[in-house]
Amino acid sequence: MAKTIYRPPVQSKLGQLIDSLFLLVLVLASLFVPVYFGLAGGGKTTLENTAKTWEGLGQNATMQAQWEKLGYTPETAHELIVSRFDYSFSVPALAITAFVVIAYFVFVFRWSKKEYKDVISERFDR
Amino acid sequence: MSQYTAVHGEKVSLLRVLGPGHVWALGVGIVLVGEYMGWNFAVGKGGALAALIACWAAGMLYTCVAMIDSEVTSTVAAAGGQYAQAKHIVGPLMAFNVGLFLVFAYTMLEAANAITLGYLVQTVGGMAGFADTHDKPFIVLTIMFLAFLNYRGVYATLTFNLVLTAIAFVAILILFASVRPWTDEVLKPHELLNGLPYGWLGVLAAMHFGMWYYLGIEGTTQAAEEVRSPSRALPLGTMTGIITLLIAATMTWYICVGLMPWEYLGQAVTPLFDAARLTGSMPLMILLFIGTIFSTLASANGCINDASRAWFSMGRDRYLPQVFGAVHPKYRTPFRSIVFLVPVALIFAYFAPLDQVITFSILSGLLEYTFMAFNVLMFRKMWPLGTIRRGYVHPFHPLPAVVLLILCSMTYFAVFLGYGTQLLAMMVFYIVASLWFAFHRYKFVKRGDQFSMPWPRPVGH
Repeated sequence: MAKTIYRPPVQSKLGQLIDSLFLLVLVLASLFVPVYFGLAGGGKTTLENTAKTWEGLGQNATMQAQWEKLGYTPETAHELIVSRFDYSFSVPALAITAFVVIAYFVFVFRWSKKEYKDVISERFDR
Repeated sequence: MSQYTAVHGEKVSLLRVLGPGHVWALGVGIVLVGEYMGWNFAVGKGGALAALIACWAAGMLYTCVAMIDSEVTSTVAAAGGQYAQAKHIVGPLMAFNVGLFLVFAYTMLEAANAITLGYLVQTVGGMAGFADTHDKPFIVLTIMFLAFLNYRGVYATLTFNLVLTAIAFVAILILFASVRPWTDEVLKPHELLNGLPYGWLGVLAAMHFGMWYYLGIEGTTQAAEEVRSPSRALPLGTMTGIITLLIAATMTWYICVGLMPWEYLGQAVTPLFDAARLTGSMPLMILLFIGTIFSTLASANGCINDASRAWFSMGRDRYLPQVFGAVHPKYRTPFRSIVFLVPVALIFAYFAPLDQVITFSILSGLLEYTFMAFNVLMFRKMWPLGTIRRGYVHPFHPLPAVVLLILCSMTYFAVFLGYGTQLLAMMVFYIVASLWFAFHRYKFVKRGDQFSMPWPRPVGH
């Protein structure tokens, strides 16, 4: 069955400018703002009861020598050595994140399928 | 990203001149920088041994990616790589998202390269007695200079990038030989290795940055239109590329864990340069300084080239404002796309920490690989074997797709461990962008033009 070919509207220059600015704002608001305000990045914790000595920081003689070659003292290396990722998490937080990722793919694939029908119809039915 | 180009009103296709060696160079060229920076954050997330296990597990993930992508790209012989695949197999909204995955994976990698280069210059400046050397001007200069070269079309050719990459690769080999790994004179892994500080959960968490060893290798298949024999060159070039990276990654890991305490290595910005510093050899330091600079420049240059061409393709197809689909009348480059992406790279390179910039790049790659697994399942169903000519048929289907999905799921969890907010931020970006496309941009898209392959109607449609 022959189908009418869809003729898209021509976008004005102002419309194109607004769309371009929207994309920039979206990148900044969703990706940059969380980074800039320290909301993103590694969830960290620190080891407790660590003295600011190589022994107190659990560094053997070889480690100590390498730290010193890199220009560190126990005081300056302390923060690096006691820093740890905090892998504790709540199951609801994991479930929400999993839901968001799955829902995103479900939406994109299902909506694409709808659009793909237009593409195939116009390509093969005319 | 390969293109058709209109010259004097005629559609001119790209020449089929590339062999497996070029495909290898394309892949390794953009990815080798991953040995010079970024991979070591896997050490921070799980410890040195966890990083090695993650390196091999990520190698398996990328082997699946290479197998799948070689088949689909060698068959979808249209410009645009994975973006073109999505247009032909899934539909416009998925293609729009895949285009964005490519743009943000490459743009964030470009920003990461600039951060590394700036940091290295600052470090070396400090060592040379210039204590006031600051990284920020070098970050800005790197991005602006490379963007300018790309704008003018004087971007490094494949051969030039190959030379830079070869030097960077040889630098790793020389460092490996120089530390005499067959003795314990320089390397002290037995005294520096500390098991699994986070247990097996840390091994899983390390998968996050384990991907950095190979991220971008799938770019090899974007040369599908330019290779003489896609069925031979694409799988061969890509697989040898992965093997090269696997060897380089293992050597890099062994050098670094034999020289640095894991707490330092897990947060270092330039681990291979630091390894050279720890050998106390000035020639090695100079060599690894050059290697780091060359690998970051070659990678950033390739990233600007690929990201701007993906943005350009979307502009040409009206997925984005048409202004981005313009080619410079004199230099024949997608100049508006190049310029538009400069502030994005600059903002992240200037203000964001390296691990977070890398995480954005990894997340875009991860979303792309998830798409690939579903894409190949749909591809085989819509055009079963024998219905169209395939350049290459990957074996054991659907096992690679299933393994890829499992490994991708594990990596999402790995990113969630420690970087959960960033994962959600990235998803918010792609969800809002998808809604914008579905309810606003799609009306500007010419439907039938999205399918250009001379194939029969897909099964089920």
